[in-house]
Amino acid sequence: MVDTQRKLLLGNLACVHGAIYAGMRFFAGYPITPSTEVAEGCSRELPRIGGRFIQMEDEIGSIGAVVGASVSGLKAMTATSGPGYSLMVENIGYAYMTETPCVIINVQRGGPSTGLPTKGSQSDTMQARWGPHGDYTAIAVAPSTVGDTVTETIRAFNLAERFRTPVTILLDEVISHQREMISLPRPGEHQVVDRVKPTASPEEFEPFAHTARGVSPMPAYGEGYRYVITGLTHDAMGFTTNRPDEIKQKLDKLRNKILNFKSEITKLRIEMMDDAEIAFVSYGSVSRAVLLAVALARNAGVKVGMIQLYTVWPFPDDELRDYLAGCHKVIVPELNMGQIVREVGRVLPPDTEIHSLLRYDGEILTPMQLLEKLEEVM
Amino acid sequence: MTTVEKTKAAPRQRSDVILNYLRPKKKFPNVWCAGCGNGIVMSAIVRAIDKLGLSKDEIVMVSGIGCTSRMPIYLDFNALHTTHGRALPFATGVKFAQPHLKVIVVTGDGDALAIGGNHFIHACRRNIDITAILVNNYIYGMTGGQGSPTTPTAAFSTTTPYGNVEKHFDPCKLAEAAGASYVARATVYHAPQLEKAILQAVDHRGFSFVEVISNCHTYFGRLNRRGDAVSMLKEYKERSVTSARAKRMSPEELVDKYVIGTLYEDDKTEFCDEYQKVVDAQMGEK
Repeated sequence: MVDTQRKLLLGNLACVHGAIYAGMRFFAGYPITPSTEVAEGCSRELPRIGGRFIQMEDEIGSIGAVVGASVSGLKAMTATSGPGYSLMVENIGYAYMTETPCVIINVQRGGPSTGLPTKGSQSDTMQARWGPHGDYTAIAVAPSTVGDTVTETIRAFNLAERFRTPVTILLDEVISHQREMISLPRPGEHQVVDRVKPTASPEEFEPFAHTARGVSPMPAYGEGYRYVITGLTHDAMGFTTNRPDEIKQKLDKLRNKILNFKSEITKLRIEMMDDAEIAFVSYGSVSRAVLLAVALARNAGVKVGMIQLYTVWPFPDDELRDYLAGCHKVIVPELNMGQIVREVGRVLPPDTEIHSLLRYDGEILTPMQLLEKLEEVM
Repeated sequence: MTTVEKTKAAPRQRSDVILNYLRPKKKFPNVWCAGCGNGIVMSAIVRAIDKLGLSKDEIVMVSGIGCTSRMPIYLDFNALHTTHGRALPFATGVKFAQPHLKVIVVTGDGDALAIGGNHFIHACRRNIDITAILVNNYIYGMTGGQGSPTTPTAAFSTTTPYGNVEKHFDPCKLAEAAGASYVARATVYHAPQLEKAILQAVDHRGFSFVEVISNCHTYFGRLNRRGDAVSMLKEYKERSVTSARAKRMSPEELVDKYVIGTLYEDDKTEFCDEYQKVVDAQMGEK
């Protein structure tokens, strides 16, 4: 029997499949290498399922339209690369402040500035956490294969809807332009989360109230709840405020609604860590090379394991501490000048040896390079 | 041109109409200076909506940043107060996602024409069914009187202390050239005409644009010796000519005149309608 779910799929198109599976019905974007196939895919697929695609005049407008569509009730996303993400941070900040669910795919390429349009990179990892100005807590996920890209895109939408927040998918050129044979998920195979709608009457409804779930229900425009959405600091009703207690409540909420529910967000892949003395901590495309390197080293009798961060932000402080308790040496390979290694160093005990393996010349880290580094630190 | 009959047998008193549309629970007063033209614009919008018989729930008022952009917070509609210059992309998202909603953008000369200039021309070009009301006071009010893209040459502002050396935009010409399908101008002196222009704009299918000449006596008036709010309104009265009359006037006669009324209108296809045809065709094919 032919498995109709089997498909040879480009990484960028895996985003489209995952997003549509998760209920995405609105895409606004602007062409940019190496993410453009996401927009092209959406322009083809969305009208066929009653969804909407629009090519905006720039990335600032794209994320603006995404937020507008989301507050009007549609699951919405955009896709871009570093230069476009830099333009988007203004209105991603607006989405943080207004607690608007949306998904931003950043297919990373080398930077700064226009950098390396066709070369993979992980140099926007910190930008996904600290892009917009101001205080807030971010969620970012990082797939490492085309198959992952489908499931992580679904998860990104679920997290965005659950926590009323933008979620960044940190893809990179290596995965986005790779074709892999994958099994597309069947209906019902993955949970799909939708935002909670209010049950209170419009008179009693508080759009930004503090609730036990961390977030308040979210009506769509046109459903009878005529409330104010503003990027200015606001109270539970959405009205602008200068009151110190209300300002603090709002900012605490932006943090606590995520950090208090971190166990719902953190996702790690743990391989061969039971007896590991040395561990790789990786995320994104580099994890593919790590997996092979660890298998080869294990064959040679080295007690090495790996932790792959599917959730990069919020950083899994406690989980890493627990899993790495028995490791005295940790290697952090990244396609940048050292970003996540700072976080690893922040959470681990001071007597842990932390080694950074960095590549930022536009090429990928190979399993052989990882093995060389492993030998060097052993 | 569509004319809309009054939907109510006995029109309410003006003050009742306004009160009915002010957002309950909102802590007034507003941020505007006493005598600001924004109040006249806000009441004209409310009266136009009331005459059109639209429900509050189906109206989404979107704005960016600036004095005028505070308006959605005070009115009892769905309100989206966004970032500086970006109201139109947000509004595009709202309208495209839920085409049955009436989307009205209120903006200023700095918001729409400087930082939001690119979004402005592209919203016009798409001819998406949004009404944009640009309150043009020739200056940045909220930040304290800096020069804007409509500040006239030689006029004073806090960033043109020796007189403006730049040229200024004509927002209506810009809108028409970029593809807007309804373009009108009014002043805050001409409140009934303003209300009529807004009513026609909201009722128009496609991108409709209304420029409202409005007084910022606090900054533009003071820095350029135009006097208080009342004297600025009198100036609008004296300097305005209707679009019909302007057609019979020479360019020389029109220098320093505000041409008011409907300036342009066509019935070109609207963006959401055209996209829906694509959706219908693609869904039908499946």
